[in-house]
Amino acid sequence: MLTVAMLALGAWLALVKAPPEREMGDVYRIMYAHVPLVQMALLAATINCACSVVYLIRASWRTDSLAEASAEVGLVFAVLGTALGSIFGRPTWGVYWAWDPRLTSMAIFIVAYAGYLALRRFVDDPEKRAVWSAVAGIVIAVDVPIVYFSVRWWKSLHQVQSSTKTVDPAIYWPLRANILAYFLLFIVFLGIRYAIAHAARRRETTVPEPAGSLSRAVAS
Amino acid sequence: MKAPGLLGTTWILFRKDLLLEWRSRSRINALVFFSLATLLLFSFALGPDTALLRRGAGGYLWLAVLLASVLSLGESFRVERENASLEGLRLVPAPARAIFLSKALANAVLLLGLAVVLVPVLVAILDVRVVLPLPTLLLILVLGSLAIAAPGTLHGAIASHARARDVLLPLLLFPILIPALVAAAKSTALVFDGDPMGQVDSWLGLLASFDLLYWALGFALFPRVIEE
Amino acid sequence: MSAPVALDVQDVSKRFGAHWALARVSFQLPLGGALLLTGHNGSGKTTLLRLIATALQPSSGRLTVLGLDASTAQEEIRSRVGLLSHAHFVYEDLSALENLEVLARLLGRATSAARDAVVRVRLDPQDDRPVRFYSAGMRKRLALSRLFLKAPALALLDEPFGELDPEGIADIEGAITELRAAGITLVLATHQIQQGQGLCDQRLHLETGRTVSA
Repeated sequence: MLTVAMLALGAWLALVKAPPEREMGDVYRIMYAHVPLVQMALLAATINCACSVVYLIRASWRTDSLAEASAEVGLVFAVLGTALGSIFGRPTWGVYWAWDPRLTSMAIFIVAYAGYLALRRFVDDPEKRAVWSAVAGIVIAVDVPIVYFSVRWWKSLHQVQSSTKTVDPAIYWPLRANILAYFLLFIVFLGIRYAIAHAARRRETTVPEPAGSLSRAVAS
Repeated sequence: MKAPGLLGTTWILFRKDLLLEWRSRSRINALVFFSLATLLLFSFALGPDTALLRRGAGGYLWLAVLLASVLSLGESFRVERENASLEGLRLVPAPARAIFLSKALANAVLLLGLAVVLVPVLVAILDVRVVLPLPTLLLILVLGSLAIAAPGTLHGAIASHARARDVLLPLLLFPILIPALVAAAKSTALVFDGDPMGQVDSWLGLLASFDLLYWALGFALFPRVIEE
Repeated sequence: MSAPVALDVQDVSKRFGAHWALARVSFQLPLGGALLLTGHNGSGKTTLLRLIATALQPSSGRLTVLGLDASTAQEEIRSRVGLLSHAHFVYEDLSALENLEVLARLLGRATSAARDAVVRVRLDPQDDRPVRFYSAGMRKRLALSRLFLKAPALALLDEPFGELDPEGIADIEGAITELRAAGITLVLATHQIQQGQGLCDQRLHLETGRTVSA
């Protein structure tokens, strides 16, 4: 409920209250959705990385379920965020796509987590699935920053990251509101997906421990 | 009677893998021709403008090696699945880390050999010239092969036990290899075009860091992948 | 004074996904003894052997192999246990001798030991052919030679009589007798009870993962 309210507030602020940007006009308002979406995707990736590491140290179905949930929700948010960013790009820079650090990293992010989810789908044994996706999750988590920094060395087209100090306060609050709204949305989706994953884990593995053997070995 | 340690076991298994590769050398020949065919495909698909092709030569080389690596990595683990040989090795007992090092090194050697064969072909059909010194080129080929081999071995082990393994391996591997691919392709391009701004060293640095990181990661994680 | 125990299995269960392959199995096997493990296909014999060899870890329960805890001392246990399994742990493209030489080196033994092991199972060390071309009986003998080369304190044989002709069966029976004479503790899993009965002094019967009174 709170989420819906926050989202509504955020949307209103973004679309109505905030002033149009000097150079770009109304189109920039997509940023109010694009930025939070991408930020939540990165948050999801961080959660997945943490879960992957934790799982290898101490196996638990909760950790595995959270890893699965964060990968899937993160992927959805990343796809949406990137798509919106692409739509933003067209009128402002004239291109849907550009090979700059952030876009490239997001593209790889998307393909990598799609691979992660495919791995989960193609392994039937729950324990192995958990271990192997934890390994894959760690490898991805190490890789995406490398991609980002290595592409950043050589190219940049994307807007320089605006901190709150350099942004017009009139934009600042709607953006923060939206970030909070999307964060709540993220948490809701994550929670739902986690519950689904955990229930699936239970279904796959909980069979009543057998009562006992009928007798012991006998000498022949 | 003392069992060899980590390095000793790695060496024994490395020789075993090389011997296995040598025994199936008809397969390696096919792999070489596959890569050549890939290069031809690129040349035809990207048109007859030789200047354009020449500019892309670095990229084509590494794309061809990458595509071939999926096949060679898949085979490297198929051989172990055939008779549960991997489990046999674990039960000797051979340390899992030695298995990782030996397999990754053997795969790297194979890819290096492939790359070495492809360079003269590239020179011939795309009319490129090796402008930078040969040791530099060799270093790039070595670092690039190592870069593919480590994550390739780690993910190869995972994929070999899953369904749809021929699709899963490239899907898992390719996103991970992109930084290395970029570094290898760019530095190779500089080898062919000349390097007036001295950029090769930065790219080599990136490639070397990638190698270090992924070999360490593979070394640490591989035992978890193959234990049951 | 009780005899030292080679195997102490306490309440061991193993689950694969939602299916219990083994359910609360308990037994002991004294050093130098021989256990006949019977049961139909799918009753959990192979799983139990793999647990003893520490190829797998139990879902619950405790396993003590040759006095060592299976959850912590895998490397030690593996160096003293030999497993003869369905899968033969060989490389198809290498010859018999080459396969054994790899094993010998991994064990820190001289390559002449590999040669001896090949000869002992009446395979030809000069035979350069890859194992790919071997018959089922020859493969079985090759797997057996791996066991002889390793000379473990505990030998686990999983369906050693499968796919063999009478001569092959006699080979295996001879090998088992040799192993026992050398004081090696044995677990023999087979669904052909007649073959195993005379060779073992203890029996455990499994049915869908549980022990049943014989």
